[in-house]
Amino acid sequence: MTLNGQVEAVYRSESRRVLATLIRVLGDFDLAEEALHEAFFVAVQRWPEDGVPDNPRAWLVSTGRFKAIDRLRRQARFSPLLQEQADTLEAAQWSDEDVEDDRLRLIFTCCHPALAPDAQAALTLREICDLSTEAIAHAFLATPTTIAQRIVRAKGKIREAKIPYQVPSRGELPERLDSVLRVIYLVFNEGYSASTGTDLTREDLTAEAIRLGRLLMELLPEPEVMGLLALMLLHESRRPARTSANGELVLLDAQDRGLWDTSLMAEGCALVEQALTTRRFGPYCLQAAIAAVHAEAPSAEQTDWRQIVGLYDVLLRAMPSPVVELNRAVAVAMEQGPTAGLTLVDSILQRGELQDYHLAHSARGEFCRQLGRVGEARAAYEKALSLTQQTPEKRFLERRLTELKSPRQ
Amino acid sequence: MKYLCLIYSDEQLLHTSPDSPKDPECLAYAEAVQASGRMLAAEPLQPVNTATTVRMRNGKVSITDGPFAETKEQLAGFYLIEARDLNEALQVAGGIPAARVGSVEVRPVRELKLA
Repeated sequence: MTLNGQVEAVYRSESRRVLATLIRVLGDFDLAEEALHEAFFVAVQRWPEDGVPDNPRAWLVSTGRFKAIDRLRRQARFSPLLQEQADTLEAAQWSDEDVEDDRLRLIFTCCHPALAPDAQAALTLREICDLSTEAIAHAFLATPTTIAQRIVRAKGKIREAKIPYQVPSRGELPERLDSVLRVIYLVFNEGYSASTGTDLTREDLTAEAIRLGRLLMELLPEPEVMGLLALMLLHESRRPARTSANGELVLLDAQDRGLWDTSLMAEGCALVEQALTTRRFGPYCLQAAIAAVHAEAPSAEQTDWRQIVGLYDVLLRAMPSPVVELNRAVAVAMEQGPTAGLTLVDSILQRGELQDYHLAHSARGEFCRQLGRVGEARAAYEKALSLTQQTPEKRFLERRLTELKSPRQ
Repeated sequence: MKYLCLIYSDEQLLHTSPDSPKDPECLAYAEAVQASGRMLAAEPLQPVNTATTVRMRNGKVSITDGPFAETKEQLAGFYLIEARDLNEALQVAGGIPAARVGSVEVRPVRELKLA
């Protein structure tokens, strides 16, 4: 490997770790980022002569720290406050222990609930995944300026409100972990089912979310972390079957199960089992368990729908939500027929919930279609169509509507 | 670091909801914060119908009846605390009994830039 190649390899494997430690050592995101770049700049100059150090990470942290103190000293001529900061940093020792915790500290800080949810996701992708602002903007269909502002504002709040660089204590952990898992799942969903736009999946984001899930699993193997990772892997395993060759959406019951990625599926199923044996599982494990039952079924008809309905019952108790109720209604329809499903969906809609959720109307349309209630089915599909922005879903609904108009009913 | 915890609540509900704290509970919590060494000041406020807003424009004082802004929730009281970081401040804020009925806005105190 050429030396530049070696520096690049070290950058790829170590830059996020070095950054995480520099943020702890320097106490500031921006200072740490500058220090990281300066450290690699020095590495490119020095390593050809001196060779790659035995512990490149420690070398980079220590070089970055030195550069940051140096920079503060140079600026300190104009500000006594910076002088003080430089003195404090110089006096403080840093240890190479604890570096794995630094990565967790970074995750929990980027996903701190005191930051706006969209800022948490942007900051996580920027700092932990090292995506550029342009890449994040592209993924979230926002402008780079918007994303950059979100990140600047979030860093400002971390600094001004003094959000600590800490792994939460045992007592705070469940709630704070929820926030981290929510960010990872948001990134995944944004990639898996883009809410607008023409591509049904944006692989980059799903891959980043899975990478984050694996990292968290390595650092903090809590049952819900396993559950979320399993859930993402199981969804991801079906992706090749989810769109047809011409970009049409293919629903679960019509998917070619031969296209499912069996190694991702096996990994996901194993994680679900591992999580369920802890008996401390929550909503992510339960959703993953449902996905695992689908994964194990040879076809939609041969799916253990009774077990799926049972898992939805438990999930509803853990996480009461009309969307979960809707999914349960679909499972009940598969087990007991469309009339049972329709009754459940109608009771949700009659309560005034999910009125603007296209999937509620498209489920209603599907049940009515199966029952031969063509007029109602058409009205429900039209309502669903008016509520979705996503091109493949629109095409799917339009196809259904065309089928209903044709006389073969 | 100093944080101001502003307690907002719908005044109509603050003392009438089943979960509303009674004054002795509020006092007990304030004393607990005091005992932890984090208390700088804390006071409950009279309802907004007692509020008067003052503005100074072009050297002239303008005085109007009522709060600065008509909102669904009104400022009902405050805690000024000393905390290590936001997490600690949020912990203190979360324990304020009125947080069960209203909400508590936690704001870091800014240092005046005099240099």
